[in-house]
Amino acid sequence: MIRLANVSHDYGGRGLLRGIDLHIAPGAFHFLTGPSGAGKSTLLKLCYGELQPRAGTVELFGQSLGGLSRDGLADTRRRIGVIHQDCQFLDHLTLAENVALPFTATGRTVPLNDLRELLGWVGLGAQADALPPTLSGGERQRAALARAVILSPEVVLADEPTGNVDPDMSQRLLGLLIELNRMGTAVLIATHDMTLIRNAKSAVSARVLRIVDGGLHAAGADL
Amino acid sequence: MSGARAPFGDPARVVPDKGITAIVTGATAAAMAFLAVFALALSLSSGQLAQRWSDTLSQSATLRLSAPPSQIGAQTAAVLEILRTTPGVTSTRVMDIEEQRALLEPWFGPDLPLESLALPRMIEIIESSQGFDAAGLRLRLASEAPGAVLDDHTRWRRPLVQAADSLRLLAWLSVALIGGMMAAMVTLAASASLEANAQVIRVLRLVGARDAFIARAFTRRFAIRAFVGATVGTLLGIAAFALLPVAGDSGFLTGLGFAGAGWLSPLVIPPLAGGIAWLATRAAARRVLKREG
Repeated sequence: MIRLANVSHDYGGRGLLRGIDLHIAPGAFHFLTGPSGAGKSTLLKLCYGELQPRAGTVELFGQSLGGLSRDGLADTRRRIGVIHQDCQFLDHLTLAENVALPFTATGRTVPLNDLRELLGWVGLGAQADALPPTLSGGERQRAALARAVILSPEVVLADEPTGNVDPDMSQRLLGLLIELNRMGTAVLIATHDMTLIRNAKSAVSARVLRIVDGGLHAAGADL
Repeated sequence: MSGARAPFGDPARVVPDKGITAIVTGATAAAMAFLAVFALALSLSSGQLAQRWSDTLSQSATLRLSAPPSQIGAQTAAVLEILRTTPGVTSTRVMDIEEQRALLEPWFGPDLPLESLALPRMIEIIESSQGFDAAGLRLRLASEAPGAVLDDHTRWRRPLVQAADSLRLLAWLSVALIGGMMAAMVTLAASASLEANAQVIRVLRLVGARDAFIARAFTRRFAIRAFVGATVGTLLGIAAFALLPVAGDSGFLTGLGFAGAGWLSPLVIPPLAGGIAWLATRAAARRVLKREG
């Protein structure tokens, strides 16, 4: 579904990623790890087309990222759910409206029953009318997860989804992502939380990828 | 679960409705609409003025007949016969000696012995609304009454009509300038709003919104603001005219204002303002979206 071939990227001459090959197949579960600043977020942004690679090719659902029009990219993003590190909510809309935004923004009627069910699944049924700034970090992350999956995407990309939440909440979020994967959605989680990865491996067959010195390597059995 | 202000999932809600740009757009549209009402009144009035001057002066003509005293009677009769058979002439009237004396009195005093002067005979011609063929009449007069000179007032009418026409042109130019200024102001306000809402645009892009959807969220809002502002300004402008004191029944200013169906003409201003705002915002949105990644 998402395929990176020999991709390199840098910010202002400082080489960040070099010769990256990555393939996210349907139903796969990947962890992406590496030290802070190694380029995890950059790699994710390449996967949903927010960044264009300096070299190499990115292919989204069989189409080259470079050949996609702006509208073509917008349409492709409906098939990729993204949980951003900083959630990216519209603070003047309620939590329910934010979660339903992918429907609203694509000019479709919001299925209110599905929305209610989804909010219940992530445990936010009671906070539906709250504004995002009034929510806790964990609540925001779960809302971000709900928004990422509301269009039933084929792949979910999560950038440090447990970055600002306590261990219990991390487990809960991971549980939701594993549940999603069992229903057939491919998942890629960028994290530096080793405990999270260890806990996941007992529940799902996850592949762990590590960014070292700009290159992408399969992590060994040391985890 | 639904928002109190608009139905849940209303695309109009995705752009926050606050900030200085909302006030600027509405107030600009109101002020421009108020000015446009005056410019519109001026253009309509100058059109009516040109028509009125043109009509008044073209409805009558004067014929001056100079001939030796022995022939004046015969030539007058010939001229009247020609005029009687000229299509477009409703009636003719030969000025009598007393009338001519009254006209000349301011210059020569009351005691002028008019009888001893070879005064030309003056004949007033009243035209029908179609008017008559002045050139054809002149040709006939030249052959049958060589002493007759026809003055159809064209000489006086033309500059007055030209002046009124220029006034109307200026008024329409003002309307165009006001429209252009409003477009410029709305473009600036829309650009500022788009910059201020860069985060909103970014989030919408991330969840799969197409450019057209994002642009529409802004164009709709600005068009509505401009429409509402212009409606307020237009109503104030009409009210100002309705309350304007009438400056007597003569003079240039009498005609300034709206008459009859003319009162409805300012109602085109609000939709026009909305349309201008829509186009200006769409252009600004396209520019900003093209620049954003």
